[in-house]
Amino acid sequence: MNLAGIQKAILALVLCVFLPLGFDRQSALAVDEAVQVATVSLSPASPIDQALIEIQSDEAAVRSAAAAVLIERGDVELIPQLDAIRAGGDRAVRVAIKPVVDLLKNRANLRSDSPDVRRSAASDLGTAGRGEAIPFLKQAAEHEAVWWVKYTMEEAANLLELRAADPAVQLAAAQKLGELRSSNSVPLLHELIAAGQEAGATDPQRALAAAAGTAVAQIESWGWWANILETIFRGISLSSILLIMSLGLAIVFGLMGVINMAHGELMMVGAYATFVTQQAFVAWLSPEVFDWYFLVAFPVAFVAAAGAGWILEATVIRFLYGRLLETLLATWGVSLILMQAARVYFGDLTAVIAPQALRGGAQVMVGVYLPYNRLFIIVLSLLCVVGIYYLLFRSNLGLRVRAVTQNRNMSACLGIPTRKVDAYTFAFASGLAGIAGWALTMVGNVDPGLGQNYIVDSFMVVVTGGVGKLAGTIWASLGIGGLNKVIEPFTGAVYGKVFILVCVILFLQWRPSGLFAAKGRSADA
Amino acid sequence: MPEPGRPTFNSRETLSVYLAAGLFVIVLPLLNLVPAEDSWLHLSDFRLNQFGKFLCFAILALGLDLIWGYCGVLSLGQGVFFGLGAYCMGMYLSLQIGSESVYGSELPDFMVWTQVKELPLFWYPFKSFWGGLLGALLVPMLVAAVFGVLSFRSRIKGVYFAILTQALAFAAWLVFNRNETRLGGTNGLTDFKQALGFRLTDPATQRGLYLLTVLALCAAYLLCRWIVASRAGQVLIAIRDSEQRVTFSGYTPWVYKLFVFVVAAGLAGLSGMLYVPQVGIITPAQIGVLPSLEVVIWVAVGGRGTLIGAVVGAVAVNYGRSVLTNSFPEAWPFILGGLFVVGVTLFPDGLVGILRKLFGRTPAADPASPPEAAPAAPRTGGPGA
Repeated sequence: MNLAGIQKAILALVLCVFLPLGFDRQSALAVDEAVQVATVSLSPASPIDQALIEIQSDEAAVRSAAAAVLIERGDVELIPQLDAIRAGGDRAVRVAIKPVVDLLKNRANLRSDSPDVRRSAASDLGTAGRGEAIPFLKQAAEHEAVWWVKYTMEEAANLLELRAADPAVQLAAAQKLGELRSSNSVPLLHELIAAGQEAGATDPQRALAAAAGTAVAQIESWGWWANILETIFRGISLSSILLIMSLGLAIVFGLMGVINMAHGELMMVGAYATFVTQQAFVAWLSPEVFDWYFLVAFPVAFVAAAGAGWILEATVIRFLYGRLLETLLATWGVSLILMQAARVYFGDLTAVIAPQALRGGAQVMVGVYLPYNRLFIIVLSLLCVVGIYYLLFRSNLGLRVRAVTQNRNMSACLGIPTRKVDAYTFAFASGLAGIAGWALTMVGNVDPGLGQNYIVDSFMVVVTGGVGKLAGTIWASLGIGGLNKVIEPFTGAVYGKVFILVCVILFLQWRPSGLFAAKGRSADA
Repeated sequence: MPEPGRPTFNSRETLSVYLAAGLFVIVLPLLNLVPAEDSWLHLSDFRLNQFGKFLCFAILALGLDLIWGYCGVLSLGQGVFFGLGAYCMGMYLSLQIGSESVYGSELPDFMVWTQVKELPLFWYPFKSFWGGLLGALLVPMLVAAVFGVLSFRSRIKGVYFAILTQALAFAAWLVFNRNETRLGGTNGLTDFKQALGFRLTDPATQRGLYLLTVLALCAAYLLCRWIVASRAGQVLIAIRDSEQRVTFSGYTPWVYKLFVFVVAAGLAGLSGMLYVPQVGIITPAQIGVLPSLEVVIWVAVGGRGTLIGAVVGAVAVNYGRSVLTNSFPEAWPFILGGLFVVGVTLFPDGLVGILRKLFGRTPAADPASPPEAAPAAPRTGGPGA
């Protein structure tokens, strides 16, 4: 590098340091002019054309000034021209143009129709750290309707102000960020606190550090509460997955006296049915209707799993009624066969793409984000509970099922076809497993081990809840799912599981037959 | 006819046991030693070692048969006790590697990788052989005792107990997989060199271990037979057939169950202890849910409620597996699953039951065994006996 080059570099550095000061002065202007941006760019404004030429200059100072003009007066329509210049320019020019392009793009995106685009533009502007963006952010925030986007815009503007040179502005920004409970600002605030504690700190710096300290305290106490809320949500989410799985298990265990170790694999059947439906949509239907595959997959998964369950009942389980431990072993064998079959046929890596409606999530408050797929499973599990309740306790079929459960011989004498009732009940419980598998494709991969991940936990739910009582299953899944997520942050997932096992054993000391035990003569059958 | 309800061992069955013992103690080692290497009669060192492994599994199966076949308590967590025994012996063997290890450190290799500078305290007892030996027997028994007291005393039984033991197996598998338990994580313990000054790679040592295993199996068999034939054994069978009736007769079933559960855990520990030096590695994969369930299928295939059935089942299934996984690796899970289904639904008395039917002379099994309990094995008499 020659001498002239070094001089230029130094000049550029110096200018960079002082530039933000200059822009603060201009910001008031910019607010006014941002409204008129459209008219400005339409008119044959020479300043912009001038700047477009100047930004290619060899002088760093000229480039920076031109960039400032472009940012102040230009808009998104300049981007093609700038890109053309960037493609042809040398490194220094590219470096000068890049932030201009980013800023213009994000500024245009602030007025996008999609809230997600507006939000990500605001968050980009906040982290990129260009003071020029502050007025645009503030202005956009004023007109913003979606609170979460508005929040991000305000947060971004204050984050930028926190880096400003004027201590008063910084102080206000720190206070505002504390009020906003912005967790993104914590690293910056900590920097300010550290600067205030240094030996040579000035008075404004100390005041700023104090304000930053208050803000951090505010943010952290809020974060603590938000964390608790999210933990509760995660607990409910896990509980609903366990519930949706355990319902089918509890029905066959409680009403039919069958331990179905293949329940997890029937779930896997439902998940693969969803996957196959998706592949069929990809292969035969146009992409516009793709999202409908998920709705179509619901009956497909139910029927596939119910059919598999029906076959299982007809070929294996009917020989084993009344022999609980034997049903456990035989169905375990079935589960091994189904798992290996899936592994051989489908391979190990298959996943389902979530439909548009279930992607993303809802930001209900600062720091609390609820993914739609989890909400969907929670709602689905509630619907399943209601459906099962009506089927068992309010329908004719349910009456027969309960009659056979209570006294098989008497029911047969009264003309209830007990064999058919057995087959229907088992097929229905298997269909529930299929629905569970359908829903689980939204939160994980579809793989042959899908059923195994939850089967031990859901059996714990059934055991803890007690046999044959829906309420027991619901409470037990809430308890185990919730406890799991509450202690996981402290102990880690593995020791959390061990802890749950210990809890269940200790609980069974107190209630050996689960929460809601069968009473009377049938209790020790 | 002996008095009903008391399991007996007729002379023919005893004879076949002696014959089998003779085969394993005398014939197999002789086939390994005497014929020339290329003779068709020659049994390679590898095969002999493999049979040693199968016989270890037979000890494990004996323990399960004792609690499941005779007492009606299905434990799906025998793999845990096996693993505890195996890890105790494995820790002794790991410390015997000494400076022969890859990194030349006195510590086992995995501790060098995971930056453990000092031997963790709980490893110290395993510096001596007796520590390893006693640990392998006592640790599983202790764990079984605690777990058993907690579950049997509060009358957790049947399927509830099976599910809890399965959860135990799952939890143990998770814990042994962790690195911070200082047991080698997923890789387990391996690369053993010597025990009591014998080189483990030496065929003579392996032969010695094989003989030791056969003797241990014989001893375990005799112990189980003694337990089953004793008065306590009668109570066990009564518990299996109707626990309520036993309670109402003034017995305390949970003490008997606990006793037999602890004995089974001790046998599992013994089996694990003999397994490690012969196979040369122990990993968490031997502990989990599936290995524990496989023990159940050995017993079911062999014939539960008959001690010899457990041994036959363990050797037969494992031999089948070693042959089949060589030729059709993908088919093994199908076959294993099929064994579960077919064995349980069509042949509840297993291979021994089939043999007994073929060679007649035994009273027919009682088809009207009470639900919940395992169907009465032949010669145990019906519930009304």
